[in-house]
Amino acid sequence: MNARPIAGIVLRQFYLMRGSPVRVIPLFVWVAIDIVLWGFITRYLNSVSAAGVDFVPTLLGAVLMWDFFIRIMQGVTTAFLEDIWSRNFVNLFATPLSIAEYVTGLVITSIATSLIGLSVMLVLATLVFGLPFFALGVLLVPFLLVLFCFGIALGIFGSAVVLRFGPASEWLIWPLPALLSPFVGVFYPLSTLPAWMRGVGHALPPSYVFEGLRAVINGQTFLVEQLAWGAALAIAQILLAGYFFFRVYRQVVRTGLLARYSAETVS
Amino acid sequence: MTSSDATGAADVLSVSDLCKSYSALVAVDHVSFRVRRNEIVGLLGPNGAGKTTIINTVLGVLAPTSGEIRIAGVDVARERSRALGKTNFAAVHAALPGNLTVTQNLRIFGLIYGVRDLARRLETLLAQFELERLRDTKCGVLSSGEQTRVGLAKALLNRPELLLLDEPTASLDPSAAQIARGRIRKLALEENCGILWTSHNMHEVEEVCDRALFLSHGKILLEGDPKVLPREHGVATLEDLFIRFAREPLAPGSRAAP
Repeated sequence: MNARPIAGIVLRQFYLMRGSPVRVIPLFVWVAIDIVLWGFITRYLNSVSAAGVDFVPTLLGAVLMWDFFIRIMQGVTTAFLEDIWSRNFVNLFATPLSIAEYVTGLVITSIATSLIGLSVMLVLATLVFGLPFFALGVLLVPFLLVLFCFGIALGIFGSAVVLRFGPASEWLIWPLPALLSPFVGVFYPLSTLPAWMRGVGHALPPSYVFEGLRAVINGQTFLVEQLAWGAALAIAQILLAGYFFFRVYRQVVRTGLLARYSAETVS
Repeated sequence: MTSSDATGAADVLSVSDLCKSYSALVAVDHVSFRVRRNEIVGLLGPNGAGKTTIINTVLGVLAPTSGEIRIAGVDVARERSRALGKTNFAAVHAALPGNLTVTQNLRIFGLIYGVRDLARRLETLLAQFELERLRDTKCGVLSSGEQTRVGLAKALLNRPELLLLDEPTASLDPSAAQIARGRIRKLALEENCGILWTSHNMHEVEEVCDRALFLSHGKILLEGDPKVLPREHGVATLEDLFIRFAREPLAPGSRAAP
């Protein structure tokens, strides 16, 4: 991989952000609203629940982490969709740019944009609602890394779906995080779920993060092996998503869909 | 000697036995041709003849069903990035993103093409295509002529050995088109590149191209100097020749270029 084409992809996103507040605002406004909403919900729950129960770390911490994952995923897909909205595919893919370089550029863009969202969430959640986020210590790093990797994997997968099924299919990928959220136990233990949903949850890396988060906060035994398994799953899913994107790319080049992308289908 | 006979390092594009089919539809049918350095080759044909399909296969955004494409000797199928680094294109159907300025677009594509000393190259191209006053203007608000100039500037960023121009003057008024043709003609000589040019404007082809390939139903039917082809085929103008070939049904193998 060559750094210059990757820099070109990242620079394109930077220029788009710099020139358009409507692209910058969603990076932090929706997550900020989520934190404020859940911040007040947790305060209310604390006031009506038994003394000593603190919902802030479990609920607000989970919301923050889940929103971070969503920002990562949408960071990849939104950067990809920019090339669809501006009909830039032929310009991009008729260059020496490789698929790996293109996807790497999208991922770097996503890191930058999601860090903005994470910073705003952390400031609000810790300063306004007293979330003891950093009390998790070094465990924060693997927790966030697993969510980061799964967000990247889902973002690449979603981009491949849009590449294969055309511009209108972007409406299929926006709700993906909401579709997954019941299975990964953001707000409740996996044991709450029926067996088949638990089975799905075990295949999704965020499940291990949220189970681990609850265990640490509640002072229960935290199994590092389980988080390691989640991390391994997330890395495997990035590789699978990358392979899927590459296969879809090869297919749209073979069928002619890439060159006639706005047609949505070549049949 | 036809281009198909030509060999050697002077070829910047070599297309051999290219086929592209979609289920039962054959879009390109065993097409072979070459483009030499400093040569402008016109790819002519009615709508649906297969011109853009050929351009897209050369650019690597469409995989051929069979056949081989080499850009400056490099196989597009085997070494895609290296081959595409030796070419560039401007096409009326592939405008640069309208939500970025002229300079931003050129800088981004300069990075993607790995252009050395990019800042200086940008300034040279902005001056060459009289784009300095538009450097901070978004491409989406430029006139058709200005967008064509930006597209050509982008196409020359990496000093391509092969330049693909898909109807580069289609949206220009006659005066702007004449200026653009002059520029491109000069470029072929100065930049030492070969150009594959598609156009529906036969006067333009006569004026600019060293050689023309007539394409119909995915086959090359005729090949030669556009200035002498009409006389050779007993018609007054290249446009008459185009109309004759475009309207005649294809007799299999009857007039296929060697």
